[in-house]
Order: sequence, then C-alpha cells, then structure tokens
Amino acid sequence: MTGSQHRILIAKPGLDGHDRGAKIIARALRDAGFEVIYSGLRQTPEQIVAAAIQEDVRAVGLSILSGAHNVLLPEITDLLAKNEASEILVFAGGIIPEQDIQPLQESGIDRIFLPGTVTGDVVAYLHERLSAAAGGDTAGSRHRE
Amino acid sequence: MTVKDPPSNVRRKSEVFTSEVLETMAEARIRWERAQAEVAAKRSHWKSDFTTVSSMEIPHLVTGEQIGDIDPISEIGVPGEFPYTRGIHPTGYRGKLWTMRQFAGFGSAQDTNARFKYLLDHGQTGLSVAFHLPTLYGYDSDHSLARGEVGKCGVAIDSLADMEALFDGIPLDQVSTSMTINSTAPILFAMYLAVAERQGVDIAKRVSGTLQNDILKEYLAQKEYIFPPRESMRLITDQFAFACQHVPRWNTISISGYHIREAGSTALQELAFTIRDGMEYVEYGIRAGLDVDDFAPRLSFFFNSHNDFFEEIAKYRAARRIWATVMRDRYGARNPRSWMLRFHTQTAGCSLTGQQPYNNIVRTTIQALAAVLGGTQSLHTNALDETLALPTEENARIALRTQQIIAHESGVINSIDPLGGSYFVEDLTRRMVDGAFDYIRQIDEFGGMVEAIEAGFPQREIMDAAYRYQRAFEDKEKLIVGLNAHVLEDEEAIDTLYISDDLADQQIARMNEVKDSRDQGAVVRTLDALKTAAAGDANTMPLILDCVKSHCTVGEISDALREVFGTYEEPAVF
Repeated sequence: MTGSQHRILIAKPGLDGHDRGAKIIARALRDAGFEVIYSGLRQTPEQIVAAAIQEDVRAVGLSILSGAHNVLLPEITDLLAKNEASEILVFAGGIIPEQDIQPLQESGIDRIFLPGTVTGDVVAYLHERLSAAAGGDTAGSRHRE
Repeated sequence: MTVKDPPSNVRRKSEVFTSEVLETMAEARIRWERAQAEVAAKRSHWKSDFTTVSSMEIPHLVTGEQIGDIDPISEIGVPGEFPYTRGIHPTGYRGKLWTMRQFAGFGSAQDTNARFKYLLDHGQTGLSVAFHLPTLYGYDSDHSLARGEVGKCGVAIDSLADMEALFDGIPLDQVSTSMTINSTAPILFAMYLAVAERQGVDIAKRVSGTLQNDILKEYLAQKEYIFPPRESMRLITDQFAFACQHVPRWNTISISGYHIREAGSTALQELAFTIRDGMEYVEYGIRAGLDVDDFAPRLSFFFNSHNDFFEEIAKYRAARRIWATVMRDRYGARNPRSWMLRFHTQTAGCSLTGQQPYNNIVRTTIQALAAVLGGTQSLHTNALDETLALPTEENARIALRTQQIIAHESGVINSIDPLGGSYFVEDLTRRMVDGAFDYIRQIDEFGGMVEAIEAGFPQREIMDAAYRYQRAFEDKEKLIVGLNAHVLEDEEAIDTLYISDDLADQQIARMNEVKDSRDQGAVVRTLDALKTAAAGDANTMPLILDCVKSHCTVGEISDALREVFGTYEEPAVF
C-alpha cells in the first residue's frame, strides 16, 4: 500500500528555527507517496489546528526542538478535541526529555520520535496507524457535522 | 593604521621539485597503481564508498607530483604572511593558545551567572552567552509566543536588569564575551555596553567581545530572523560604524558557517556560503560609505567541525586563503589585518548521538583536534549530552577538559600547521578553494548573497545535501556507531539537565517590577526617537543604547523596529 490516499501536515510549533528534521520527514513522506503539507516555521497551536482541519489531514507531525513541548503539544491536542477533530492522529519528533514522554502521550500525542530516528520508521508507523484507523471508516475522508 | 604594501600576487612556477624528480615520482606512482590494482583484484575493498562525510570524493593516494603546481609561497606561504593558509599568527599557539569559550545559557540570569563563574573557575578563558528563544526573536517573556520557551534554550533576558544580573561579579574589563545574538544583536550589544559602563569600565579601551550578528545565515539556515534582509543589513552596518568609533576592540560580527552545516550542508557549502556572506557584509559596509580597512579587521568567522578530520582541516586552511585573496584583490583592502580570517569553531552538534552518548566524547575530541590543527582562534567543545538536553555541569566540564587535554598533553600545539605540505592536505585544501570559488561565482551571478537568498538558491543547496546525507545514512552507505551500526538494544538513560516550566512566572514578575519602577516618559521618548532614526538615515545604535538605559525591554525595542521595518516570512517549501 502506498500513502497516496493520506494527507499529512508537518508542522513546526515553538520558536526554534531548526527545520532540518521537519523538512527531511516531509520529503521522506512525500517520497513514500503521502500528500504532505508543510506549515513553515513558528506556528501557534491555533494556526496548526486550523490548518489541519482546513486541509482535512489524517495526521499531524509536530517537530519541536525548543523545549516548549510540554506547553504547546497538549494545547494542540486540546484544540483538536475542542474542534471535534480528535480523530486526526498526532505524532511528534524532536528533543524531548525522557520524563516528558509519558505525560505527552497521555495528553494525546500518539508517538514521539527521538533523535536518530530513520524516516522508514515514520513511514511504517503512519501506514500502520492510518490503515488501522481506517478499519471501520472510509479511508481518507472524515465526516464532521 | 599601518598600511603595508601588499605582497606581490605573481603566480610563480613551482620550484619545489626538479623535472627529474617529478618524473621519478610519476614512475613510482605508476608502480603503486599497479600494485594496488593487483591486490584489489584478489580481494576487493571492504566497502565501495570512500568519500568524506560530505560525500566528497577522496583520492586513494596523493603523490608529490600531483601538488607540484601549488605555489609554496603565494598559495601556502608561512604563518603570519599572505595568504595565511598556514595561520594568521607568526607565533602559532606558542604565543597564545586558542580561547576556550564554552557556549552557555539557561534559565534565569542568576542561573547562567552561576554557570559562567563555574566555567571561569575551571579554567575557561572567555564567556559565550546563549539567550533563550524569545530574546532571539525580540519577544518579552510574557508574549504569547514565549509560552513554554522561557529559559529553555538559553538565558531569559528581558531588560537591562537581567543583563546586570547575568554579569554580576564578572568584571567586563577582564573577560571577553561572545554573544550568540542576531536579529536583536544591537539591543543586547547596547545592554552589554550599559552594564560595562555601570561597572565603571571604559568601553573605548577595555571592553572586548563578539556579536554573532550574522543575519544572512539566519535566512540560509538557522531561521531566527525578524526583519527583511535589507533592513537587517542596515542594522548591521549601523553597528559596524558605531563600534569602530566607540568600541574599537569589539568584533561586530561572527560570520557563521556553523548553522549552515548543522542545517545539513556539506563542508564545501559551509565554506563557500560563509565566505560569500562575509563578502556581502563587506560590500554593504563599503556601500554605506565606510572605508573597508576601518571595519574589515573586526570581522570574524565561526565554523563547524564535523567528524571528517582532513576535510575540516582543509576547510579552515582554504578559508584563510580565500578570504585574504578576496579582501586584497576584490575589495582593495590594504591593511593586512583586513586580510586575516580569524575564526571560532564549535564541534558539530549534529554529529552527536543520543544513543550511547559517552561515544560523543570521542567524536568531539576528533573534531576539536581538527579545529586546532586548522588553526582556530577559539573553540567550543560540545558536551556529550547535548543531543538530549542542555549540558549538566559535569558534562560541560568534561567538554572543557577535552580542550585542555589537547592543549597540554597532545603536543599538537608545538609546531604551527603541522599538516602543511602534506600532499593529501594541500591537494584537499586546493580543491576546497576551487570549489568555493565556483559557488562564489554562482552567487555573484544572482547579484549577491541577498539576491541569492531571495531566489532560494543556497537554501535549496543545503536542503538537498541534508536529504542526501539522510539517505546515505539510512542506506548504510555512511555508518554512525550506535545508530545504524554497533547498536545497543537496551540502553540506560543518563541523567540530564531539566529546566522546569515554573521559571516563566518568576521571570515575568521580575520584568513587571522593572516596568513599574522606570521613568515612563523616558521610555516613550527614547522609543519614539529610535523609530524616527530607523525611518531615516541616522545610525540606530546610539538610540538603542538610550532605550536600553531607559529600561525599555527587548520586546518593546524590537516592536518599535518592527513597526518601521516590517517582518520577514520565508515561503514554506521543503
């Protein structure tokens, strides 16, 4: 299965400008057949959630290396919930201390990728999670209202 | 200013080897080629890729006759003489070791002040400040975009009061300070000068240090820009003019390849884009009406040191040769100090692994050694835990000790440029020089670096190189120990420095105290005067100094400039 049905938003919350990881992931997902939207730098949680809903994405990948993850990442999952868009899968990557991982997962970040991750693992993860999520639903479409 | 006649640039035919010797060497080379081919036919090489970490092709062997056309005087020369390939100081490291300058900053000004004192007590010889992201972007700690960021990536500085606390008990006439600050550099520079004045230090005679202030590499790589390129360049030339008049011992810019490399460039791209950035600052300075020899001696550089030992050494040697050549021949600088490329080095953060982190000490040692053999003027060695968090005190100390061991135990400092004359290193140096000039020509064709950035050219080159490297790593063409080779299944996590989210409230409270106790009339007056200067042609630097002394915050001063200059957004492409 290719990822061509799936639209993914790669977003950079926080103030840091380290976009090497985000752009590599975006390219690798595109090469693997996903339709990728890249947010650009310094996006607020509100901007990221608005883009995710507007673009009707299946998953949002958040790249953050600034240390603000404990504040910004839960805000994004909260806002998705408030907008009845919790079915959008949220994963993250960056410099995240060990002790922050579990609380972030409890706040709705499905998976956190740490430095040294190979892009193939991210591709495999998305295939697995998105095909599982599509089980009872029509793949690639979300119905709100 | 002493002006010497520039040495002659007449290219001479090599007299290193007689034609008879060259012939004998060529014959020997043919014998070697045969011998190695015979062995390789029986047992092939154990891998096919023998390129550098930047994927630069490396010859199996370089022999003497292959570098016979490199002129031993006009291209290599001796240390302290044009083109400075072998170093800028005639005394090398015997006169003075490099400055051991560890980049540090986290939490509050008080937290970082304690770390500075710790490092100075353990033999560090200069300070280097890491500011938190809101300060870098010109936002106060209470700005909505500062949520979660306060004190995380560096020290939180909102106003002069924080800056005073940062240098409390550190006499600014006795230590030189480097500040990693770019878009908001004039504000932090002004704060530093104000603190020095309050300490009673004569800023014209006794204050020395460096601002990073390299905005071009922000558009290229690190992306911490606020204003559009041309307005940013104007702030920088204002600082050049102010500093050469009032703070003559200050390095107003540190033209940085470090971040270009961290963003994924090759060594050659790092070299070429950094030198071309430097040329752009020179051109803007000259266009602003400054005499090149008035500001060029205060330009300094900042390079990365990655794992590929010889590629790095060749890069530093090439950088000196190229800079001397363009400064003398393209910009007509006549003061030899304008020709000398002085540089700081930081070992490559992007080369470190979170897996088996103690291996990072070894990587950092190799990289630091390359920087020293390349003739660096100052050095930061990364701590082993820097890919996981800001370093703990213990890991910061080991990083500093790494430099001290190289300086005092390895013996590499005894002779200047000990690899000079190596067939391989001289050939690689020349290839770096030639490759960099190719890139410089391409950027010239855009009309300059600002235009090339606006066209997205260097950004694309860097991004493509980063992706190629990632592919080579994932395809195991490039092995990284602990990551795609020699992996440990069950690793125990090491203790790292943890910065709590509680700091923000305290920082905001401190800032509000400052805001409540200052003269509000002076705040409005100085900010208005700055806006007027920014909209016109007057030098902004003295007015920023007035704002700082009136206890305006970083956010307030930045907002005043945003109002006049506007802001920059890059297109979100990948």
